[in-house]
Amino acid sequence: MLWIKNGIVIDPKNGIEGEKMDIFVKEGKIVEESEVNKEECKVIDASNKLVVAGGVEMHSHIAGSKINTGRSMRPEEMRVVRNVAGKFRAVVGRVLLTAPGIGYEYAKMGYTTAVEAASPPIGSPHTHEELDAIPILDKAALPVFGNWHFVFKFVSEKDQEKLQAFIAWAIERTKGYGVKIVNPGGVEKWMYGSNVRTLDDEVPIYGVTPREIITEVVKANEALNLPHCVHIHCNNLGVPGNYETTIETMKLVSGMKNENRPVLHVTHVQFNAYAGSSWRDVSSGAEEIAKYVNKTDNITIDMGQPIFGHATAMTGDAPFQFTLHRLTGARWSNKDTEIEGGAGIVPLVYLPKNPVHALQWAIGLELGLLIDSDKVVISTDWPNGGPFTEYPYIMAMLMSKRMREKELERVSPYVQKASSLPAIDTEKTLYEVIKMSRSLPAKILGMENKGHLGVGADADIAIYDINPNEVDPSVEYELINKAFRKPAYTIKGGEIVVKDGELVAETWGRTFWVDATKKVSMEAIESDLDEYFQNYYSVERINFGVDERWVKKPARLEVK
Amino acid sequence: MENVVCTFCGSVCDDGVFENGDIRRLCALGKSKFSKKERIKAPMIDGKEVSYEEAIEKAAEILVEAKRPLLYGWASTVNEAIRLGVLIAEKVGGIYDQCASVCHAPGTLALIEEGVPGGTLGSVKNRADVVIFWGANPVEAHPRHPTRYSVMAKGLLIKDRKDRKVVVIDVRETKTAKLADIFVQIKPGYDYAIISALRAIVKGEKIEADEVGGVPVEKLYELAELMMNAKYGVIFYGLGVTQSRGRDRNVENAIKLVQQLNRKTRWIIWPMRGHYNVVGAGEVPAWEAGYQYAIDFSRGYPRFSPAEFTAVEALVRRDCDAALIVASDPAAHFPRKAVEHLKKIPVIQIDPHPNLTTLLSNVVIPSAIAGLEAEGSVYRMDGIVLRVKKLVETEYWSDVQILEKMYEVVVKRVG
Ligand code: SF4
Ligand SMILES: [Zn+2]
Repeated sequence: MLWIKNGIVIDPKNGIEGEKMDIFVKEGKIVEESEVNKEECKVIDASNKLVVAGGVEMHSHIAGSKINTGRSMRPEEMRVVRNVAGKFRAVVGRVLLTAPGIGYEYAKMGYTTAVEAASPPIGSPHTHEELDAIPILDKAALPVFGNWHFVFKFVSEKDQEKLQAFIAWAIERTKGYGVKIVNPGGVEKWMYGSNVRTLDDEVPIYGVTPREIITEVVKANEALNLPHCVHIHCNNLGVPGNYETTIETMKLVSGMKNENRPVLHVTHVQFNAYAGSSWRDVSSGAEEIAKYVNKTDNITIDMGQPIFGHATAMTGDAPFQFTLHRLTGARWSNKDTEIEGGAGIVPLVYLPKNPVHALQWAIGLELGLLIDSDKVVISTDWPNGGPFTEYPYIMAMLMSKRMREKELERVSPYVQKASSLPAIDTEKTLYEVIKMSRSLPAKILGMENKGHLGVGADADIAIYDINPNEVDPSVEYELINKAFRKPAYTIKGGEIVVKDGELVAETWGRTFWVDATKKVSMEAIESDLDEYFQNYYSVERINFGVDERWVKKPARLEVK
Repeated sequence: MENVVCTFCGSVCDDGVFENGDIRRLCALGKSKFSKKERIKAPMIDGKEVSYEEAIEKAAEILVEAKRPLLYGWASTVNEAIRLGVLIAEKVGGIYDQCASVCHAPGTLALIEEGVPGGTLGSVKNRADVVIFWGANPVEAHPRHPTRYSVMAKGLLIKDRKDRKVVVIDVRETKTAKLADIFVQIKPGYDYAIISALRAIVKGEKIEADEVGGVPVEKLYELAELMMNAKYGVIFYGLGVTQSRGRDRNVENAIKLVQQLNRKTRWIIWPMRGHYNVVGAGEVPAWEAGYQYAIDFSRGYPRFSPAEFTAVEALVRRDCDAALIVASDPAAHFPRKAVEHLKKIPVIQIDPHPNLTTLLSNVVIPSAIAGLEAEGSVYRMDGIVLRVKKLVETEYWSDVQILEKMYEVVVKRVG
């Protein structure tokens, strides 16, 4: 039992905006004062400190073949020693990290939940093995659907019943949490050496278009009422002029509504917010996107903020990764997977003086600043945009125009003419950045017990050495940047895991997965599954996927 | 029981049928894995039978007391056991190394230089209209690979063997060469030169020679033409490429060729990995410690240095003062000087079957056979994880049980 005393609480979900409060914890949950016996409580003095929910990472590449190939291919990344073996595991990694390192570093920043944002379905056992090797955090994984032949087939047959049954089947088999789509149709076209360019390009064999795939999959996701909305990595990622495709994609769900969450989450939008017609005249399309997102009420995004320095691009968008390899001449790994999709990995460095990199950096911030804080989540799309350990920098930048002005001095002047960042006066409040890193991602994911401090919530709590009623983030940005890197406490499931920025305990979180199989009739797709597995897979149908008992601490969420 | 997963070669066929102690559908190599073979009877310390607990206690003591133990093998056990091996290596400040260091590690070095443009076996089965085996002989080493995935396999775009051109490049006419449409016999040690020539042709340059590595240039032009006209091609390379002159540079060069080909059409390249879980022996340490092999923990954090922390080199230099050998037989395969040092230091062996290493081991711990008597996850050669099954009951402890217990004792002793 814990008694967190006299903290200054910011809890956007419950409308608490810097109130002095006590918080009580029992059996891993936040409870009413009356539920605990104060004598038996461990007391944490949080006087003059900020008390918030643990951070929720909704888009990061924390587990599976992509990140692991990245490690194997980049030993230079692994040469930075972060922790020597002792009470805790040895940890190495500069931007890429070992699995123990991922758990430790998130916790050391006050984050307690993280979602692997792209898991190749046939690779799901690997994804879960790695998730199981990450300490402390609660976790989940999103299998990718946008280039899976079953989806093409059921979309081309306009068979919603089968599509829904298939999605429920696939999420159960992969012990996944929701539906991810990456460059729908484009990765299949990459198998023939090309890519899709518009939402109406046809996919070989099936004749379906990205427009149809996205629309039908969103419909199915809504009909199943999955906790998380469709999570999309749009077509034309990394292509100048792509902001139009992004807005067109968003328009596909206009008119659709869900009471509890958005119906579409568009991810790492920075990479999909370019105006212009080539890398020579590229400019920011962030304002257009912000305008559109702000006026709709069913779409959210995350930033995909680049951080200057090293990064590793890794996505299921295999054709984009090849383009990046050609553009930069860097190493390139690729993995075509059965009839499911593909992936690629390319090392990368973002340089402040490089006009394109500086512009990307500016666009990420523009999106963060121009979009309402109930619609934009903080992310670097780790390790694509750079280290997640720089979230405190992003938070400080969003809150301080002065800090941005200082940073703008060191980046390419191209930003001045190609983006609106220098002219943006907006300064987000502490309340807003807490929302963007806690309650909003939890809401988008449909994780009811995450991202807030109300009674019944998981006791995932971060305490920072800032007094929200006294600090002025727009001026004291350095203090903000520092404090968020070094929580006074991180509490995960009621246990103190970090104190004064140092790890003090290693715990093991759960892996959430969603079971919607009771909502559909599996019989509808039996023969299709048999046919495709027999003909087009290299594994037997029965050997595909993950059983719950192979997962270390599974947490099944049944959809009613 | 159907859909049994074979734990012999890197093909990890998952369609075996196990009935009354008999296995069907697997190849002869796979079947041998399931047939009765000589077993290590009981745990032993210096030849004397003891309980599992005593043997494990002794093993842990040896590892903890050693300054720099070598933990080697791992290619023929499950991921869960490998993970424990890495954890123990970290705890005792030893060296983790695995079988790849004497076979496919050059491929890992090439990955570090150039990445690897690859795909799963299912992609090959469905799409590849040109398949090249380079210094690889699946008919003998991975007998069902050709039928299940690569040569005769049918899929989405490949309806028939006729839809696919198969090329074998090797120094001698192997059994696999007999399946090929085109066999290119090359002079030993000329892989690099031939790959360079192909790269040049694909780039549009002219070759100013009559032959390269024993192959007439016309034949190379034909081959390059075939490659450029493929819709989706794959190069499977074997030990003939990684263990001949050039080693990692051969693979690197081949990867550059594939990069080049992708500017015109689609190509992938992938190694033909040997043991059923040699891939896992690299993947697991990669996520736990950042590297695939040759990992030294003596400073409390992982350091990677092939040629320094690989088992053979460490033994030859007499750097290790104890060894834990899991699911492997270095005494039969390592150079004499390395084996001589093994004979001088305390050795712990975990294995289902006696082998040459058993003879020089001080502590021998028999284990259950993964895929027959114990379950767990393994990586097929293309990085796809399959779950091997437990089909029969046994008195033997599994590798996971043994290593779990050993880890527990090590933690207690190290503190
Ligand atoms: S090809 Fe390899 S995995 Fe398949 S049955 Fe034969 S030995 Fe086993
Ligand atoms: Zn991503």
